[in-house]
Amino acid sequence: MSRIAACFTKAAAAKRTVLVPYLMGCDPDMELSLALMHALVEAGADMLELGMPFSDPMADGPVIQAASERVLAAGVRLPQIFELAAKFRETDQDTPLILMGYANPIEITGHEDFARQAQAAGVDGVITVDMPPEESVDLSASFEKHAIDPIFLLSPTTPDHRIEAVTQYGRGFIYYVSLKGVTGSSQLDTGDVAERVGHIKTLTDLPVGVGFGISDPASAASVATLADAVVVGSAIVKRIAACGTDRARLLEEVPAFVGSLRQAIDQA
Amino acid sequence: MKYSEQDLPDKSGHFGPYGGMYFAETLMDSVLELEEAYEKYRQDPEFIAELEWELKHFVGRPSPLYHARRWSQELGGAQIYLKREDLNHTGAHKINNTVGQALLARRLGKTRLIAETGAGQHGVASATVAARFGLPCVVYMGAEDVQRQAPNVFRMKLLGAEVRAVESGSRTLKDALNEAIRDWVTNIDDTFYIIGTVAGPHPYPKMVRDFQCVIGRETIVQSEDLFGRQPDALIACVGGGSNAIGLFHPYLDYDNVEIYGVEAGGDGLETGRHAAPLCAGKPGILHGNKTYLMSDEYGQIIETHSVSAGLDYPGVGPEHAYLKDIGRVNYVAINDKEAMEAFHMLTRTEGIIPALESSHALAQAIKLAPTMSPDKVIVVNLSGRGDKDINTVAKLEGITL
Repeated sequence: MSRIAACFTKAAAAKRTVLVPYLMGCDPDMELSLALMHALVEAGADMLELGMPFSDPMADGPVIQAASERVLAAGVRLPQIFELAAKFRETDQDTPLILMGYANPIEITGHEDFARQAQAAGVDGVITVDMPPEESVDLSASFEKHAIDPIFLLSPTTPDHRIEAVTQYGRGFIYYVSLKGVTGSSQLDTGDVAERVGHIKTLTDLPVGVGFGISDPASAASVATLADAVVVGSAIVKRIAACGTDRARLLEEVPAFVGSLRQAIDQA
Repeated sequence: MKYSEQDLPDKSGHFGPYGGMYFAETLMDSVLELEEAYEKYRQDPEFIAELEWELKHFVGRPSPLYHARRWSQELGGAQIYLKREDLNHTGAHKINNTVGQALLARRLGKTRLIAETGAGQHGVASATVAARFGLPCVVYMGAEDVQRQAPNVFRMKLLGAEVRAVESGSRTLKDALNEAIRDWVTNIDDTFYIIGTVAGPHPYPKMVRDFQCVIGRETIVQSEDLFGRQPDALIACVGGGSNAIGLFHPYLDYDNVEIYGVEAGGDGLETGRHAAPLCAGKPGILHGNKTYLMSDEYGQIIETHSVSAGLDYPGVGPEHAYLKDIGRVNYVAINDKEAMEAFHMLTRTEGIIPALESSHALAQAIKLAPTMSPDKVIVVNLSGRGDKDINTVAKLEGITL
């Protein structure tokens, strides 16, 4: 069983919603990013999502755009993201690791090379924001060969016939984008999310995670009762940015925030 | 097989390996809805009649095919004819496409228009149709371009559009596109995104091409009238490539017509400071389609350089990528200095101030014409007028206005 499947099975048995914090890889640097990843698992994260920086992050709001620009300016490219993942995997064999990013770095690296390196680094799944299932046949084949789950997004605007296509090609879990907008927007409509997630669950057996627009313990709790997983990105990246390279503060404040999300989700 | 028989793009929006729909899921439904609507209305007699009326009475088509006699003589070779897209309403070819997309937006019941712009010509053309049809319009423009194209920014504001300066990334056209896409994803229900070039996800490369093909169709008729045959060569500048595809596409089956697409060579291809993905880039994925791009070895998009804001883009329309691979179109680069020389030469010998974008195509004519005999004909697409560029030219030459 893959790490992602094992994670959801274990959580379901414990009646626990999976918490997935997102961080931009190597933000603020590789060493601190690695320490933070372990600290977040300690604070209650079940799975981690690592952003791969891109010069033109079209689906991201200002917070993740800024993080992308920060790490790119520091020289971070795909090799450093794989190195970070591999280092994390040295001491954590269980926590699934998802990469999230855009198509061009994967395209330029080559589908097969990318998938091979991701597998070698202990990556379990990849979300390519601007690669819908229609265009991902070749990439998904490379992923399958290297035991990487292609994870696709569904949105409030996805019609049923596309939901079926997406759930057919997707592996690991389905990532439901909870609002019309970029990452970090704050217009979450819980009623709408409940209806859509409920509907998607009638069309697939895959677990459904919800992300975009979940910014605090209250919104995390409201989504936790509806979804199998809750993804929190901008709210965490914003706190990482505020800490700069202050190691003590970073390793205290960010895990504390994730801990508060964990607590709210468990009590929901 | 004739090019037209390939009927590209295919159903999924591909030109060979290029094009496609590489877009975030939230936008996929809207793009598919647009595709369906476009397929319906492009064959609808009422839509076609309305578009033709607008092109004739609002845009001022057909645009002349003008024999640049003095300039041809001075270059001492082929006869050069200019397709005068600079004489269209708003001063460039961009309006051909914005009129078409605005008519579609109205049929789709969209109540708000957004657009991205580089040189500002597409922004002005979008603001113009927004005013014409009474729709609010937001134009995204890189902060650097807002500086270099101040007159166009003011024109857009006069037309009632809101111009949002984009401060992210390289603060040029690509960043304006990113921001327009973010707006679209946020306001998907009521907003129509008027993309200004033959890039973006399917159906934009096809739709924008079809709206711009009026340039080439007119040229075919006018050539027959003016010199009794078709030209020996066509030249157009290529940023995203909409004016070029508009001229080239109706000619792709004419095997005897040589075609040149001119990219922005900036400081020179050898310096790496340019905007010539077809000449010096490699295939990748950006802004919804697979095409030639300027990116580093890790797939990060490189900042581009050109004296011309309208060509300052790291990608190019996917059909151009395909036409390069099959060898039907010759893609070459003209650097800033050569474009500036052509700008001055045309202005002084013909009394026509060309846009800096179009000056790249003119500079290629300066190279090509003397290699051909005086009985040969070159058509250059004069895609826009240069009034918007006078501040840039003055600054480059150390003149204070």
